[in-house]
Amino acid sequence: MGNLEILLQAPIFSVQLLIDGLLVGSIFALAAYGMALLWGVMNIINISQGDFVILGGYVTLTLYNAGIHPLFGVPVAAVVLFIVGWVIYRAVIYRVVDRDLFISILATFGISILLQQLMDQIFGADIQSVESGLGQFFLFDNQVTVSQIKLVAFAVVIVVGVVLVLFFKKSRMGQAIRATAQNARAARLMGINTDRVYAMTFAMNAALCGAAGALVVMTWVIQPFIGLAYTIRSFMIVVVAGLGNIAAVVAAALGLGAAEQFAAFLLGAEFQIGFVFGLLVVILLVRNMFLKRQRQVLK
Amino acid sequence: MNRRGKTALYVAAAIAALLIPQIPLLQPYLIQFAFLWVMILFAMTWDVMGGQMGYNSFGNIVFFGVGMYATAVVQRDLYFTVEEYASVAGGEQAALTPVEYLIGLALGMGSGAVLAVVIAALLGSGILGLRGHYFAICTLGLGIAAGELASGWDYIGAGSGLVTPLLPDALGERGPFFFYLFLVLAMITFAALKRLYAGQFGLAINAIRDDEDKADALGLHATRYKTVAWCVSGFFLALTGGAFGNLVIFIDPTDVAFAGPTFGVWMVLMAILGGKGTLWGPVIGATVFHVTQEFFWIYLFGWQRVALGLLIVVVVVFFPLGIVGWLRERWPQRFGEVVDEDARRVQVSLEGER
Repeated sequence: MGNLEILLQAPIFSVQLLIDGLLVGSIFALAAYGMALLWGVMNIINISQGDFVILGGYVTLTLYNAGIHPLFGVPVAAVVLFIVGWVIYRAVIYRVVDRDLFISILATFGISILLQQLMDQIFGADIQSVESGLGQFFLFDNQVTVSQIKLVAFAVVIVVGVVLVLFFKKSRMGQAIRATAQNARAARLMGINTDRVYAMTFAMNAALCGAAGALVVMTWVIQPFIGLAYTIRSFMIVVVAGLGNIAAVVAAALGLGAAEQFAAFLLGAEFQIGFVFGLLVVILLVRNMFLKRQRQVLK
Repeated sequence: MNRRGKTALYVAAAIAALLIPQIPLLQPYLIQFAFLWVMILFAMTWDVMGGQMGYNSFGNIVFFGVGMYATAVVQRDLYFTVEEYASVAGGEQAALTPVEYLIGLALGMGSGAVLAVVIAALLGSGILGLRGHYFAICTLGLGIAAGELASGWDYIGAGSGLVTPLLPDALGERGPFFFYLFLVLAMITFAALKRLYAGQFGLAINAIRDDEDKADALGLHATRYKTVAWCVSGFFLALTGGAFGNLVIFIDPTDVAFAGPTFGVWMVLMAILGGKGTLWGPVIGATVFHVTQEFFWIYLFGWQRVALGLLIVVVVVFFPLGIVGWLRERWPQRFGEVVDEDARRVQVSLEGER
């Protein structure tokens, strides 16, 4: 806790942490929104969410190694992951959509392990990152640095968010997805091909994760086995924000990003992942406590 | 088969298992058998929650790790000060007399089990109120958080792990010792669970699996039963963990004690493969899994973990009933179930409509 004194003596550090946290949090928002989408439309919790993110990162890394600027990785990773998502839906997910929810959790858990190990075999277990070649902004007499790539990432997230909102409001597919989320059976009666809607939803979710992964590899690092942390972050954000409200998802994601930066600074970076998982348990328990008050059960 | 015949069968199976070390051909593989008993223990203890009660826990590995660390710490602190232990752990191993070793092991496993039950009871009152997705993900987070915590805690060796005392020579080879230790543990666990499932407790947790709200409404203290079930699971798992730490000698916080990606996943897979919610399912599933793993996986050259992920997907999606569950559906009469043909026809036609 020695770092707490540093924070108190030099409050400008908190500004640095806050800015970093908010910018990182915006990336979490992408994966979290995908999870909310999947949860709302198909009632599936995708444990492999984080592994899609990491896979998107590796797609960008491969492009970078081939000499292409990593920012192009954002659309490319999205397209590649869209296809991966579609294939996974056709191979596995459509068999578990209507079944017991434990089956879908376990099935996506298996997919998560499969993807992790495949990435480990193909790309190696090293921690990797790419250099975006962008510089830094200096604020407050050079006491606060903001890397430009993080700002770019933030902008990308905003653009994707606006496109998503428009997609759901205007396009036929977006409307079909919303209709299916409200009542799948009624949607089917109205002539909507719900199977296609599900496939589209799953693939779109994977594409969102892929874009997030491309941003992660530019602003942070990737490694085959850190995907689960992104799944947990997404889950936490969705639990706090609720389903189907993109503004709340973004707000919760920014909050989580900032909380994580402060925790990593105060507790030490080695406890950051532990903090994420611990926070999950705390959030779920507190949520359950509030729910319990409304419920009449035997003690 | 009548009741007596069944008892005779169980006794015969137990004696056969106890006689394995006497067969010269199998003697080199006793450690392998010890691992097999551990796998069976994993699957059986997971099935209390996941199979019989329908609460899929990804975090049972916590109790395994807690038992292992508690045992190792008791063994370390009972006869040594930390400084002495640290000074000998580098080169020469700390030597114990057989009596000291056994007392340390028994006390350690006992305190580990008690600690696990306390933790299960404390956590259970909160976490077991969660349902479905929330419970599964919460326990997933719990397992990993425990591993991260253990890697940062200096008292238990932090990231560099902890060394458990060596088995004194007077107690014989490692093979037979741990073979019998785990076999007896597995038998006790099996007998205890069989007994529990047969009684009111079994009915209660099955009712919670089938429809918790109805069970609640009928006056069943669901939370109480759920907590007890978790304590039972944690108790036996902590005993297993305590002995396992002594078997492998070196405790790594994330690769051995809180090994979510390996043991934590295997226990789920083994129980489902054998047939969750059945008495023999976990035992059969663990055996099939362990044997397959030992015989085939060496040929996969590092791809075995990829195969593990694939196996989970395939088993869960295409074979969710498991071996015993499938047998039960195929020949229900053999499992003492009476099939009402009319009711079945109605159900089949309803399912056809969907």
